[in-house]
Amino acid sequence: MEEMIHFIQQNIQMVYIVILMIFLGVEIIGRVPSVLHTPLMSGANAIHGVVIIGAIIVMGKAESGNYVALVLGFLAVVLGTLNVVGGFVVTDRMLEMFKKKK
Amino acid sequence: MGPSILSVCYIVASVTFILGLKMLSNPSTARRGNLIAAAGMIIAILGTIFLYEDDGKRLGNYPWIFSAIFIGSIIGVLVAKKVKMTAMPELVSFFNGMGGACAALISIVEFDYLYRENRAVSNSFSDVVASGHYLAIIAGTIIGSVSFIGSMIAWGKLSGKFKDYSFKGQHLFNNLILILILVSAVYAYFSNTQFVNIPFFITVALALLYGVFFVLPIGGADMPVVISLLNSFTGVAAACGGFLYNNKAMLTGGILVGAAGTLLTILMCRAMNRSLVNVLIGSFGGSNKASGGHDTEGSIKEISLSDAAMLMAYSKKVMIVPGYGLAVAQAQHTCHELEKALDEKGVEVKYAIHPVAGRMPGHMNVLLAEADVSYEKLLEMDDANEEFKTTDVVLILGANDVVNPAAKNDPSSPIYGMPILEVELAKNVIVNKRSMKPGYAGIENQLFYQPKTSMLFGDAKKVLQELLAELKNI
Repeated sequence: MEEMIHFIQQNIQMVYIVILMIFLGVEIIGRVPSVLHTPLMSGANAIHGVVIIGAIIVMGKAESGNYVALVLGFLAVVLGTLNVVGGFVVTDRMLEMFKKKK
Repeated sequence: MGPSILSVCYIVASVTFILGLKMLSNPSTARRGNLIAAAGMIIAILGTIFLYEDDGKRLGNYPWIFSAIFIGSIIGVLVAKKVKMTAMPELVSFFNGMGGACAALISIVEFDYLYRENRAVSNSFSDVVASGHYLAIIAGTIIGSVSFIGSMIAWGKLSGKFKDYSFKGQHLFNNLILILILVSAVYAYFSNTQFVNIPFFITVALALLYGVFFVLPIGGADMPVVISLLNSFTGVAAACGGFLYNNKAMLTGGILVGAAGTLLTILMCRAMNRSLVNVLIGSFGGSNKASGGHDTEGSIKEISLSDAAMLMAYSKKVMIVPGYGLAVAQAQHTCHELEKALDEKGVEVKYAIHPVAGRMPGHMNVLLAEADVSYEKLLEMDDANEEFKTTDVVLILGANDVVNPAAKNDPSSPIYGMPILEVELAKNVIVNKRSMKPGYAGIENQLFYQPKTSMLFGDAKKVLQELLAELKNI
């Protein structure tokens, strides 16, 4: 218990961010029309691709002899890029179609 | 200097994510929102590569990093550009799985560091690793793995590679695995540093197993809900990575998607008038046998192509109800042609879009938009139900459950309570489907047996082409 409180104390900034982001996330998409459910899901999918930053850090910090980190890190960067690039491109393709007719 | 510029990069990225998501929920700004979020992502990625410092040490292995990004981008762009509109739902699931795998791999590598560092001394793992740090690693691993394998199963199911699979007592089995995951995760934390890798990798294996059995029993119609849920899982897994590296961009992005994704999941469920628990436990699969026993009375009536064409050509208002059958047949363009041909004959044509028609909410809108159907012609469910009263002909193209009157008047039906398009209000109903096979929910549709309904069997695209030819002859 004490350790948990200590942990929160140490990461107080992060804890605040988590709480605020939960409310913000719920708030900003509260009134989305059902037409946009799929593109929104796809866009959100691309945004969580931010996990690639972690993959880059793992890859960049890996020492040349550490094959586990090198191989897994490399794989993680490839997969993360797929998530980011594919996610944004496919969302754009969906939304491109909404734009034409207006 | 570098790290402080990097912090600014991350702030910019976080703001673009929030702004992007906000703009994505409005049709007029959606596309710009997506591009803004993408720009923020590029800033965050480039910033990390060139400015990140850990104890004053820059990142290395640039050739590895760039070649990995290069490979990922090429595959990503190719797949995203090549895929057909109908296959988009499964593609979103696929990309989501990649993100989940990425999050899991990061956590596994971080664990591996800790393990190598400490395995020489015999000590309890909990003595050398802070509980918060371990929690971030293990949560990232478990959630990322479940999200990865779950998304892959969802992808496979939507593209027809796997079938639904469930067995008796599966929920009990799933809960048991879940408990085992938690037990082995906790056990790993308190085990000896020399052997901690064994319970850790057992946890990974169990998480993968759980992902498989979590998604396998869920029916095709509920897949979008599951994908959306797994999407928010990956967000949370990404946020765990944010805790590991004290990285605010990962944290904001991840939690934002986690929260928004969860709400989106609930909104989707609400559009089907079902609860999330109901979807996950899969009442569709369980109860359809009970209500499948309902005998359908009356007989169906077929209509010839020329009669159907005649009927539509001489009506004032025609309402088209598209469904998954239209998407499978890739008939959206032909459908638009038919709409234009009727329009030239002075018939008013509109589309009635059920929120969950097709395989994802908004699926039909995207599909018809691809065929250049004007935005104003697409009516949402409530507006459409108003207009059916004054409609002469309703043409149903490959939709089934969303027009099933059982949802309104048969309390024993598994879809009872789901809002539907009340097509019976119109004067005539023409139903095009490939056969009398029931839809996703696996239940009979009384609508087909009603006197005002006539059936037009065949592939949606072929039937529409033939209708078009008949229309031109009139």
